[in-house]
Amino acid sequence: MAEGKNILIAGFGGQGILFTGKFIVYTGMLTGGEVSWLPSYGPEMRGGTANCSVIISDTPIGSPIVEKPDILVVMNRPSFDKYENSCVIGAKLFVDSTLIERKTQRDDLEAFYIPATGLADENNLNGLANMVMAGKVLRETNICPYETIAEAMKKTVPERKKNLFDANIRAIELGWNY
Amino acid sequence: MEKVLMKGNEAIAEAAINAGCRFFFGYPITPQTEVAAYMAKKMPKIGGTYLQAESEIAAINMVIGASAAGARVLTSSSSPGISLKSEGLSYLAGCDLPAVIVNIQRGGPGLGGIQPSQADYFLATRSSGHGDFHMIVLAPNNIQEIVDVTQKAFDLADKYRMCVMILGDGILGQMMEPAIIDASGNTGAAQKPWALTGTGGKRKKNIVNSLYLQPEELEEKNFARYEKYKEIAENEAMCEEYKTDDADIILVSYGATSRICKNAITMARAEGIKAGLLRPITLWPFPKKSLMARADGAKAFISVEMSMGQMIEDVKLAIECKKPVALCSRTGGIVHSPEDILAKIKAVNGGDFS
Repeated sequence: MAEGKNILIAGFGGQGILFTGKFIVYTGMLTGGEVSWLPSYGPEMRGGTANCSVIISDTPIGSPIVEKPDILVVMNRPSFDKYENSCVIGAKLFVDSTLIERKTQRDDLEAFYIPATGLADENNLNGLANMVMAGKVLRETNICPYETIAEAMKKTVPERKKNLFDANIRAIELGWNY
Repeated sequence: MEKVLMKGNEAIAEAAINAGCRFFFGYPITPQTEVAAYMAKKMPKIGGTYLQAESEIAAINMVIGASAAGARVLTSSSSPGISLKSEGLSYLAGCDLPAVIVNIQRGGPGLGGIQPSQADYFLATRSSGHGDFHMIVLAPNNIQEIVDVTQKAFDLADKYRMCVMILGDGILGQMMEPAIIDASGNTGAAQKPWALTGTGGKRKKNIVNSLYLQPEELEEKNFARYEKYKEIAENEAMCEEYKTDDADIILVSYGATSRICKNAITMARAEGIKAGLLRPITLWPFPKKSLMARADGAKAFISVEMSMGQMIEDVKLAIECKKPVALCSRTGGIVHSPEDILAKIKAVNGGDFS
């Protein structure tokens, strides 16, 4: 059973930020946690910054808004700059280091730098850097056991996009094994 | 039953279909567009009608038509769109027609913004549109409850022949949580002997009308409607109480804001302040008796709302001003942080009721 996790995932619109959140929510839900998912919505989704609050908890969830993440996933520089300081002490920070060159300025975070966009491109998985990041997040947290990943993906990928299932799983494995 | 992860807007649409609704008329507006999008996908597959009208005004008048013919019918919009529908809501009330109206509120007034708000409290509870009338107003605060109250909305509308508004906000419309959609409780549409279904030459004709030129007759109609409202106020008020038993300070809050209150209550109790929450699930009728029952035990109340002091009037009326009622407002699309609410709890605990 997952303990309380407040996850914030942020990047550009089009990077699959909301999809990543949905997938992680399913892993938490299938592991027996209470879950909520809240997207930013409106104009920012169309090419601006996008973010997504995901909460996985063993108690009923009050506010679905994550203001002080204990897990922060950032996939562009503006999101890193904006949310780095909102993390709680000891939070786990996941940075796509292909797109973000700088390191965290805080010394009280546990930071992971994953060249997710590069890894995805090298492996013919263009556009799936988000799932590389998700793989690393799941590896470094105890949101769900490895076996839950495939089950959660089945629920996240719509029926008509079954061909994307394998690609998503491969991307997650790249992140998991990085 | 399997739990499915759904957005609040999608949950409304799916629950409405489960409740036997086969007609949806609407016009897109953020942040409720997923209701219409879901209906557009689903209705044609189940023999229902989805129609994107040329405007909100057209949509609500289509609702009048479908309802008069006896169908279960839904329309949805967000704040500015509900203003446009208000004339139609008054006509529905004047004709005693049942319909379910969804308002996923955004910041106002005017075109306002697209972020969450609760500034349509007066609009929803004080009658939207002209004339003496009420709508039943349901205010869920999680996705499962959205499903449950949507089903209930159709039943209440048919039972009392009146409009029921589901009042949400941008957070509830956009967020996802697991929910179980169980159709087994579906009572289906009630018998509607008053509906315009064609006499078949076998019965007297039915008339659906809101025009009464004889004032005596119109007064009689309104008296009768208010007798019905009295019965509803007596029987249909709903609320949730959270840690109110020993509470010195009782927050009153609905919808997404009430969820944030629970975080603030946990923080306040960690600091030794006994706070609790009374959450109206029906805004009209307002759960007056439940509030009054807490008026002696509590030291003060706080109305926590994403509006500039609308629900606070109902809180004061409900407790007949027995205790101070403070206001904790955010507006314009800004959502309270738990710290905003905690600060107000502390101030009130220290005797500052401003």
